[in-house]
Amino acid sequence: MTKSHIKVTINGKAVEALVAPRTLLIHFLREQQNLTGAHIGCDTGHCGACTVDMDDMSVKSCMTFAVQADGASITTIEGVANADGTLSALQEGFRMMHGLQCGYCTPGMILRAHRLLQETPNPTEEEIRYGIAGNLCRCTGYVNIVKAIQYAAAKINGTPFQEAAE
Amino acid sequence: MNEQVKIDTDRAERTEKLQGMGCKRKRVEDIRFTQGKGSYVDDLKLPGMLFGDFVRSPHAHARIVSIDTSRAKALPGVIAVLTAADLKPLGLHYMPTLAGDVQAVLAEHKVLFQNQEVAFVIAEDRYIASDATELVDVVYEALPCIVDPFKAMLPDAPILREDIQDKMVGAHGPRKHPNHIFEWQIGDKQATDDVFAKADVTIKEMLVDHRTHPSPLETCQSLASFDKVKGELTLWGTFQAPHVIRTVVSLISGLPEHKIHVIAPDIGGGFGNKVGAYAGYVCSVVGSIVLGVPVKWVEDRMENLSTTSFARDYHMTTELAATKDGKILGMRVHVLADHGAFDACADPSKWPAGFMNICTGSYDIPVAHLVVDGVYTNKASGGVAYRCSFRVTEAVFAIERAIEVLAQKLGMDAAELRIKNFIKAEQFPYHSALGWEYDSGDYHTAMKKAMDAIGYKALRAEQAEKREAFKRGETRELMGIGISFFTEIVGAGPAKNCDILGIAMFDSAEIRIHPTGSVIARMGTKSQGQGHETTYAQIIATELGIPADDIMIEEGNTDTAPYGLGTYGSRSTPVAGAATAVAARKIKAKAQMIAAHMLEVHEGDLEWDIDRFRVKGLPEKFKTMKEIAWSAYNAPPPNLEPGLEAVNYYEPPNMTYPFGAYFCIMDIDVDTGVAKTRRFYALDDCGTRINPMIIEGQVHGGLTEAFACAMGQEIRYDEMGNVMGASFMDFFLPTAVETPKWETDFTVTPSPHHPIGAKGVGESPHVGGVPCFSNAVNDAYAFLDAGHIQMPHDAWRLWKVGERLGLHG
Repeated sequence: MTKSHIKVTINGKAVEALVAPRTLLIHFLREQQNLTGAHIGCDTGHCGACTVDMDDMSVKSCMTFAVQADGASITTIEGVANADGTLSALQEGFRMMHGLQCGYCTPGMILRAHRLLQETPNPTEEEIRYGIAGNLCRCTGYVNIVKAIQYAAAKINGTPFQEAAE
Repeated sequence: MNEQVKIDTDRAERTEKLQGMGCKRKRVEDIRFTQGKGSYVDDLKLPGMLFGDFVRSPHAHARIVSIDTSRAKALPGVIAVLTAADLKPLGLHYMPTLAGDVQAVLAEHKVLFQNQEVAFVIAEDRYIASDATELVDVVYEALPCIVDPFKAMLPDAPILREDIQDKMVGAHGPRKHPNHIFEWQIGDKQATDDVFAKADVTIKEMLVDHRTHPSPLETCQSLASFDKVKGELTLWGTFQAPHVIRTVVSLISGLPEHKIHVIAPDIGGGFGNKVGAYAGYVCSVVGSIVLGVPVKWVEDRMENLSTTSFARDYHMTTELAATKDGKILGMRVHVLADHGAFDACADPSKWPAGFMNICTGSYDIPVAHLVVDGVYTNKASGGVAYRCSFRVTEAVFAIERAIEVLAQKLGMDAAELRIKNFIKAEQFPYHSALGWEYDSGDYHTAMKKAMDAIGYKALRAEQAEKREAFKRGETRELMGIGISFFTEIVGAGPAKNCDILGIAMFDSAEIRIHPTGSVIARMGTKSQGQGHETTYAQIIATELGIPADDIMIEEGNTDTAPYGLGTYGSRSTPVAGAATAVAARKIKAKAQMIAAHMLEVHEGDLEWDIDRFRVKGLPEKFKTMKEIAWSAYNAPPPNLEPGLEAVNYYEPPNMTYPFGAYFCIMDIDVDTGVAKTRRFYALDDCGTRINPMIIEGQVHGGLTEAFACAMGQEIRYDEMGNVMGASFMDFFLPTAVETPKWETDFTVTPSPHHPIGAKGVGESPHVGGVPCFSNAVNDAYAFLDAGHIQMPHDAWRLWKVGERLGLHG
C-alpha cells in the first residue's frame, strides 16, 4: 500500500511521518508516536475515549484517518500538563473532585473538557453535561466529572469554586 | 494554650498526617491517569509483536463443513492461521470453564452462537489481521437454533452440545435433557408448599432479569510472550483475577506454574467482564508458543458485547405467601437460567446459581424453597456477575419486585410492608431460610433515615393528587416512587463453601517496611478503577502509623504479589482488606517488641498512640514507627530476626452483608414513554468506611450502571440467533445528559467478624439500584392495573405499555 507523507504538529512538536491511507489517527498516535494516552473504547465513534484536540476542535481520532491530520495541530493528553510539569487546572480538577476511576475515559474526557472551556469559559452544569455527551464514562456516573470541570473553570477564571450542595 | 489542648492538637495533627481510614484521601492513581500515563494492555508494545484477530461465525447454530485458510495465509503479512485442527493435538481446542463445563476455544464441528470463534489469524499488524479474517473460507450448514430458554428442554428441541450429549451427569448433578445443564435446589420444599397451601394471600409473578453485558470501556485483551529458550511465558491481560488465570493457564497448557508470569497492568474497568478465561487469551498464548514471538489480542466492541461474558438472563417465577395483614410467611422461586452455549458462569465451584439463595432479602421469611434450572441456548456463553456478587442482582431484583407486587395485592404501602417484615437488629447474626448467616444489620434505622430524608409521606400524598389529576385528564404525567431495601452477600468467602477450581477463596496481603520507614505492600486482588492503591494504603496508615503517602501498593504481578483470588463480588475490602489489617497487626506486634527493647521497658508497659509506641504514663517516652523500622534493620533485639514485614492469607469466617435503602422518584410521560428521574436517594451501609470520597464515587458509578440496566441496556437476539445491537449505537450506555443526579447517604453497622468492620460497597448501588428503578416505573403505572412491567424500561417499551392500557386515546 502506498504510504502518504504527512506533517503534523503534535503537542507543539513538528512531526513528519509516512502513513498508510487507511491508518486511523488513533493508531498513528498510539502506535507510531507512542502517545498511548488516548484510548479505543468502541471503534464506532460513540465513546469518545479517543478524543484529541485537532485545529481547535474536539476530534474522535478513531473516526479520523491520519492523512486527514496532514497540516493540522493536535493536542493529546500528553500535551495538557502545565509547562512546569504540574497538573493543569482540568487535570487537577479531575483529581480533586474524584472525576475518574479506571482512568480509561479520562484522557478523552479531559481533552473534550479542554475544548468546552475554550468555547464556553464559564459553563452551566447543563452546558457541561451536553458538552461532554459524546464521551462515555462507565465508572463515575458523571457527577464528579461535572464538578471537576466546574473546578477547572473556576480556577482558570480566577473565581471561587463552590462545590454544589447535595 | 493549655497542656491538654496542646496534646489534642498534636494528636490531631499526627492523625491527619497519616491520611488513614475515614479520610477523603485523593487518589494516588490519578497522577498517572490524568496525564495519560496509565499502562493498559493495548499500550504495551514488544519487539516483533504480532496481532491476532478472530474469524467468527455468522450463524447461531451450524455445522462446519470445511475451513479453508489458504487465501488468508497467502496474504502478505499473515504469519499463521490457527483452527481447531491445530489446537486439537495440543488438547487446547476446548478449555475448562469455571463452572465445570468445557468451552470451545475454536469451533471444531459446530458453531453454537453467533460470532463464535472459528479461526485465529496472526499477522504483522492489526489491519492485515483484520483483512485476513475475511479471506478464511468457512462453509457452514445452518441448523435450527434455540434462543428462547423455555424451548430448550422441549422433547423435540435440537441438541446443542453434541460434545457432551451422552454425559447425563454434569458438574452439578444429573441433567434432565441434552440441553439441560443442572438443577439446583435449596430450602425446605415441603414446609414451603404447606405454607403456600394455607396462606391468606399469595402472589406469583414471572420476573425477568434480562440479558445484558458489563461492558467496561476497555475491552478484553491480552499479550502473550513465550521465551522458547527459558520455556517461560509472560502473559499480560485484562484479568480481574490474575493468579487464578496463571493457574488455569498452567493447567490447560501444561507449562509449570512457576514458568508462567501473569501480569494484569492497569485495567479500564471490569464489572465482572474480566473474571473469566476467553478464547482470545488462549489463542494469543498458543500463537506465541508456536511462533516464539509476542502475540497480542485486542477485542473490538462488537466482539466484547457479543462474545465475552454476558450477564443475567434469569427468568424467575417468584412467589410470596403472606397473612392478610402483611406478614410474609414463605417464598418460592423457580429460575430458568439461560447460560448460552457453554456454562461459563464465574461462580465459586459449589454454587451453580451463585448466591441466588440470598433471595429472601432483608426480610424475616420463615421458610423458602428455590429451584434453578440451567439450560443451553444458541447464545454467547457466560452468566457473569455484572457489578454484583454472584447472581445477587438477580436475587435482590426477585425479592424487591415481588414485595411490591405483594404490597399492591394487600393494598398496603410498600415501605410499610417492608418495615413490618424486616429482620430486626437484635436478630443478628441472622440465619436465613435458605442457609446464610447475615453478619450484622440495622434495617429499621436505615429505612427511617432514608424515608425522612426523602420526605416519603409527602411524596405519597403528591402522588395521590397526581393520580387523581391524571384521571381527570389534567396531566399526562405519571409519578412513580421506587423503593429498594437490599441486602447483599459479598466477600467470598469461607473455604468451607467457596472455592474456584478447588482453590479456597482466601485473599492476601504482604507488607514490607523498609529501613527508612516507607512501605511496599502487595495484595492478591486487582483494582480496575476501585482505587486500591489509595485505600489499602489508608488501612496500613491507620494500623501502623505510617503516612499513606509513604506506602506504595502493588497488585497484578503474579511473580511479586502473594496469591489471591482477585477482585470481583466486592471481595477486595472484605477479604484482602482484612488480610492487610491482619498483616499490619503482625508487624505491629513485632514493632512493639522492638520498641520495648529500644526503650528498655517491658512490652506490656507500652501503649499504641497513632504513629508510635509510648510508655504508659510517660507519653514523652516513645518510639515512632519510623524509628522502630530503622532499629528493626539496624539493631534488632537479641533473639528476634531483623526486618519488619509480614504476610497474611486471610480466610474469612463469613461473608459480609452490606445493605441499603434506595428511593427513586420518577415522572413518566404517558404519551412518549419518556421517563425522567426526578430524584434518586441512596443510603448505603457498608460497615466501616475507609475513604468516603471513593465510596461515594463507587455509589455514583454503580447507580449509573443500574440505571442503564433497568432503563434500556439489553443484549437481544432475533429468532435466528442474530445478536441485536452489539455496538454502542444500540447498547444503552447513559451519557452525562441522561444520567440522573445522585444523592448519597449512609449509616454505619460494622461487620463483627472483619478486622476493621468493613463490608464492601462497590456493587451495592448496582444491586439495589436495578429494582429501585424498576419499582419506580411499575409504581407509576400500578394504579392503572398494568400488571408487572418487565425491564428494560426504555421509552419505546413504556410507550407500548400506554398503548396496551389504552391510555393514548
